[in-house]
Amino acid sequence: MANFPLLKLWNVSKIFPGVIANDNVNMSLNKGEILALLGENGAGKSTLVKMIYGVNKPDTGAIFWDNREVDINSPNQARAMGIGMVFQHFSVFETLTVQENIELGLDKEFVEQLTDLRQEIIDISKKYDLHVDPDRYVHSLSIGERQRVEILRCLIQNVKLLILDEPTSVLTPHEVSGLFRVLKKLASEGGSVLFISHKLKEVTELCDRAVILRGGLVTGECIPAQETPESIARMMVGSEAILSESYPKVLTEEVIFSAQQLNLAPTNPFGCGLTDVCLTLRKGEILGVAGVAGNGQEDLLEALSGEDTRADKASITFADKQIGHLNAGARRALGMAYVPADRLGQGAVPEMSLTDNTLLTNTASLTQGGFILGNKLKALAKKIISDNNVKCHNQTSQSKSLSGGNLQKFIIGREVQQAPSVLICAHPTWGVDIGAASAIHRQLIALREQGAAILIVSEDIDELFVVCDRLTALYEGRLSPIVETQNTDIEEIGKWIAGGFIDHKEANHA
Amino acid sequence: MLSVQPRIESAKLMAWLSPFIAIALTMLASSLMFVLLEVSPIKAFEVFVIMPLSDSYNIGELMVKAAPLMLCATGLAICFRANIWNIGAEGQLLIGAVVSSYFAIQAGEDAGIGMITLILMSGVISGALWAAIPTALDRFFKTNIILSTIMLNYIGLYTLLWAVHGPLADPQGFGFPESAMFADAILLPLIQEEGRASISIVIAVVIAIITGITLFKTLPGFIVRVYGEDKAAARYAGFSSNKVVWGVMLFAGALAGFAGAAEVTGPIGQLIPSVSPGYGYAAIIVAYLGRLNPFGIIISALFMGCLYMGSDLAQIELGLPTAITGLFQGILLFFMLACDFLINYKVSFKSKALPEKPVLPSSADSELVTNSDSNK
Repeated sequence: MANFPLLKLWNVSKIFPGVIANDNVNMSLNKGEILALLGENGAGKSTLVKMIYGVNKPDTGAIFWDNREVDINSPNQARAMGIGMVFQHFSVFETLTVQENIELGLDKEFVEQLTDLRQEIIDISKKYDLHVDPDRYVHSLSIGERQRVEILRCLIQNVKLLILDEPTSVLTPHEVSGLFRVLKKLASEGGSVLFISHKLKEVTELCDRAVILRGGLVTGECIPAQETPESIARMMVGSEAILSESYPKVLTEEVIFSAQQLNLAPTNPFGCGLTDVCLTLRKGEILGVAGVAGNGQEDLLEALSGEDTRADKASITFADKQIGHLNAGARRALGMAYVPADRLGQGAVPEMSLTDNTLLTNTASLTQGGFILGNKLKALAKKIISDNNVKCHNQTSQSKSLSGGNLQKFIIGREVQQAPSVLICAHPTWGVDIGAASAIHRQLIALREQGAAILIVSEDIDELFVVCDRLTALYEGRLSPIVETQNTDIEEIGKWIAGGFIDHKEANHA
Repeated sequence: MLSVQPRIESAKLMAWLSPFIAIALTMLASSLMFVLLEVSPIKAFEVFVIMPLSDSYNIGELMVKAAPLMLCATGLAICFRANIWNIGAEGQLLIGAVVSSYFAIQAGEDAGIGMITLILMSGVISGALWAAIPTALDRFFKTNIILSTIMLNYIGLYTLLWAVHGPLADPQGFGFPESAMFADAILLPLIQEEGRASISIVIAVVIAIITGITLFKTLPGFIVRVYGEDKAAARYAGFSSNKVVWGVMLFAGALAGFAGAAEVTGPIGQLIPSVSPGYGYAAIIVAYLGRLNPFGIIISALFMGCLYMGSDLAQIELGLPTAITGLFQGILLFFMLACDFLINYKVSFKSKALPEKPVLPSSADSELVTNSDSNK
């Protein structure tokens, strides 16, 4: 019998209004193989696995399962075929026992054909070392144990392909090694695993092969064991300079904004909080914070922008004022501006017009005695649209009708026109086409030329090297030393985003 | 085959057409009901829509019903705009009625404008305080506002029943569960010669207009709208969630409380167990029918008042039970919500798109067998 792959994707594309999520993806997965699916946020990983799991249907292309072309119409069908998936957020009922939860997730016919579900759970748990007790209530289980319940739910259905979406982001190191043992055992018995992750060290440790997605395209494939986390990171973020333009680097002296010993507990079980973050931001410079998603970027952005006001009053200063306790509106009133990570739903209200979205962060200058200055507002909205070449019908268009790149140009334009003295900018060109990206870079450089201080958090190292004057890296909520862009290179920052600076520091102390 | 797709832009036209389509569909569905009840739908239509508008007494009664609906719906609309599901207008209205009655029964014929103000203000404040309970529970303990406001409606109702049976019962009332009739001096001025319509309908319209202007033309209104649409954006802009939630809840409670006070000092003139025939609940439908827009609510409250009048008349003219009002309201809300779906989604009929068959992969993959039914 021919040696064919268990799963094969042939020229699979998925197009959502305004964005190509997957573009002619070809990929295969062999029996008994652990395959990593790597890529930045928005690279199209989750769209791809949702098609395999029957949540979405591909627009073009074909999926082959066991050498046959299949239409996977629903997760139920995917499960019946032997595809199991463990999502990042578990779908378990806390008030029920493990056994009840597992029973609820199974097809009725399947449960009926089982003679003894409880014994089955105990057997599988023993076989894979899962330590799952069918009679315990889920609310008493740790996150890791809950994840094992989900895995067991898949295993009990004789899963042939197990898909895990960033499974380790919620686990302790000890739990991670336990999970890896389970997955390796499953693979040794001929089961296949599709492992989605950001954490490159784990991928090199666990996976037989890795497929890298960027912008919806498969851009590379490698054997992780033969690579280093740094070289894989380069493949993910792109080594060729996407933007040919270069901007002169500047060095300035006068500090306008700083964070000292900023410590924050994570806001959710998937976050990592901040540990001893110190940074200074000087007038007329752009400081770049590199890092792979999930290393505390959200916490850092929220703390610096004022969306999160838990920080100590004294831990953040702006123009000699302590502002750690002020909310985003109060900080904006002092002369700060902020471009958030989530442009639709945070930076702009999807259902509202561009005019209303102009008012969102300009409430002080566009109201008088509480009344909205309609004409002035309309004029400003029009100006932002024309100055920044935002493609839209007109200022009454709802922000959700704009493409991601155009909306980002609008948001950055809106923040830049306030002539802030400090701009906090998250992922300025994430998911934006090349033309819009360089337009955005020019907006930022122009603001820098006016003497503003800009902090950019981005996962795109190349972008940071193009626009930033000084660089630092964020790893598990810790910030590396800050260096001048001229005095470093992609290799060094690449090491830092994988945590390299921490060992370095400790070695120095020792 | 029917296919449903999200629209790229919300359909503005649909947002305005939706209530009318819903009303048309309600009439269609209720015609069916009338046929089953062996009542001519044309006669029923006449009783429900034409007769309430036929003479000045009926129009006055219509305004009596519309005033509390308009007040409650205006407050609720602001809550719903802020995405806060205050279902408690009924309870807030009843408490407003009870507390203002407490002051009203003490007033004599010599009472002046000060006493009237005190009575009305006590209704406003007690309604707002009643709304403050679920708000505080939400802010401090994150309880579900829908549930806590509904539960407080029942507590409000039983407080009213306790009051009319006990402390506020008329000592000369032979044990009937109602208060003494209030002194004429404290009753709200009427706006017509005959009938019961008081200035509360005028106040309700003025409040609706002011609220509409505030909602669409001022910063607080904008903040409420942003908060309701998108909490993350409100946080990003630095709008305080506490101010919004407290603001809209107290506002809605105050209006409902005022409605209660205006009922007992207006058309009713005493505290009775049936102060409200479910105004607080019907106001939810009025708010939606008026597109959560205070100007629209002026119209929809009058329409709902017409329905209430119609069902009163249907009892007399057609011998139909009062439950018909509730049925109408239910059917209307049902169609309303169904039609609103079309604002953000479009439904089209199209033949099921055939999955594009890929050209068979070339030589290297020639062993692949194409069989799209294999999974069944």
